[in-house]
Amino acid sequence: MTFWVKPFFYLGDNCLYLLADLGRMGIFLFAALAGLFKRPFRGKELLKQLHFIGAGSINVVFFTALSTGMVLGLQGVYTLQKFGADGMLGSGVALTLIMELGPILTALMVAGRAGSAMCAEIGIMRISEQIDALECMAIDPFRYLITPKFLAAIISVPLLTAMFDVVGIYGGYLTGVQMMGVSSGSFFNGMMNSVSNHDIQLGLIKSFVFAFLLVWISTGRGYFVLQIRGAGFGAESVSKVTTQAVVLSSISVLIFDYLLTAVLL
Amino acid sequence: MVTETESTPAVEFIDVVKYFGEWGQRHRVLHGVSYSVPRGKTTVIAGGSGQGKSVTLKLVLGLLKPDSGRILVDGQDVTRLGGRKLRDLRMKFGVLFQGAALFDSLSVFENIALPLRERTRLTEQEIEERVADTLETLELTGHEKKFPAQLSGGMQKRVGLARALQLEPEIVLFDEPTTGLDPVMTQDIYNLFRRTQEKLGYTAIIVSHDIPKVFDLADQIVLLNKGEIDVFTDVAQIKDSEKPYIREFAEMTLGDLFEADSKKG
Repeated sequence: MTFWVKPFFYLGDNCLYLLADLGRMGIFLFAALAGLFKRPFRGKELLKQLHFIGAGSINVVFFTALSTGMVLGLQGVYTLQKFGADGMLGSGVALTLIMELGPILTALMVAGRAGSAMCAEIGIMRISEQIDALECMAIDPFRYLITPKFLAAIISVPLLTAMFDVVGIYGGYLTGVQMMGVSSGSFFNGMMNSVSNHDIQLGLIKSFVFAFLLVWISTGRGYFVLQIRGAGFGAESVSKVTTQAVVLSSISVLIFDYLLTAVLL
Repeated sequence: MVTETESTPAVEFIDVVKYFGEWGQRHRVLHGVSYSVPRGKTTVIAGGSGQGKSVTLKLVLGLLKPDSGRILVDGQDVTRLGGRKLRDLRMKFGVLFQGAALFDSLSVFENIALPLRERTRLTEQEIEERVADTLETLELTGHEKKFPAQLSGGMQKRVGLARALQLEPEIVLFDEPTTGLDPVMTQDIYNLFRRTQEKLGYTAIIVSHDIPKVFDLADQIVLLNKGEIDVFTDVAQIKDSEKPYIREFAEMTLGDLFEADSKKG
């Protein structure tokens, strides 16, 4: 291949790979959703996944929320006092948490904790031929493995987000009101006057979309561990693909956060 | 009386071509391979590493699609089937994977019971009885509560075989059934194979490195070399072959048998 053809070759090659990858992920998503309508439904597995993704993430989400809320409280007071507007602290903390930080930080935490684990689990099942074994027993791997994870993530991430919001607001109350002396009445009053249903809905919609993205990317990367370029083989491929899953889901959560805010605000 | 379905081959390869590797660096693994696997008999597929032995099994199962050619299972073309029809066809197969491919989060009992739970309407009690029965045949009684990681390689293979035979398949595929086992366990697996085949009368396709021992089981031997095949009915035929690479193969792998023959003579 002459040297001036090479860049075109690699460009085309990479474009084709990217298209194929997107196509694979699209088909994967379709099959995972179709799994919802296939019987028998795996209720026990769903409970297990809810326990792992949801209940298992409570601690990490709780501490992230508390520290985020406490920092917001301190910084809010510091900034608002400059304008003599510390009465606005409650609405500032609540709106930031409900519309932005709650959904996004919960999603990032769940992606790091449960997304990586789901990706590694499915990746190992793929390289040790367990998924092939399922297919050979005529058991749909999507209904059996992937769909319960999808459902569990979509149910638990919004609930975790709601918990994040409440704990975060309490954290802001602890530092802003209890430590810095902002009046408790103005904190809650400001919050109740400024937070509308629309804001809460926006936060909820975001958390649904983020849950969807993170479970799709995490399980999908694991499922296609053998097809992903540059991942290598064996244990190394699973580790690389898991890293890729966390990075990709975090980035897509951030990108979709902007898009959703821009469209729905 | 021999009915028509009994006389047709269980599996038939017609001019199968399979490429591997990415665009630009593809190489052919199978160059227009044609042969048929007789019903109720044992076919051994042998050949060096990377000659496409395992690929052949994946092609039969429809886990991989050939680049051209047809593969008939009971007269149905696997390469053109998808979805439910492919799943129904796979019900005819039992597969023992190279690494046994047991589900590591399920116990031995649950692994063997899985195909029964997912693919039949048996009650839990009937399933328990059937699994207990198989465990006894395969000398695994007492291990049902263990997890795959707690078993030796030989036991894992036995559990894999138990799982593969649960739905009483017509065709059983063995991917390197004795790799990584010591001679005693290897003999053990072969004895089990003979016993179960006698009992269930399935068609067997064995891919193996264990030459010449595995040839003792074979009714037909298929040698894969650089994408081409040669079919033999027994070891003597291999030794008499005129082709240079087969002679070389025979001398390298069947050396002991040659010596044994000359001693007898």
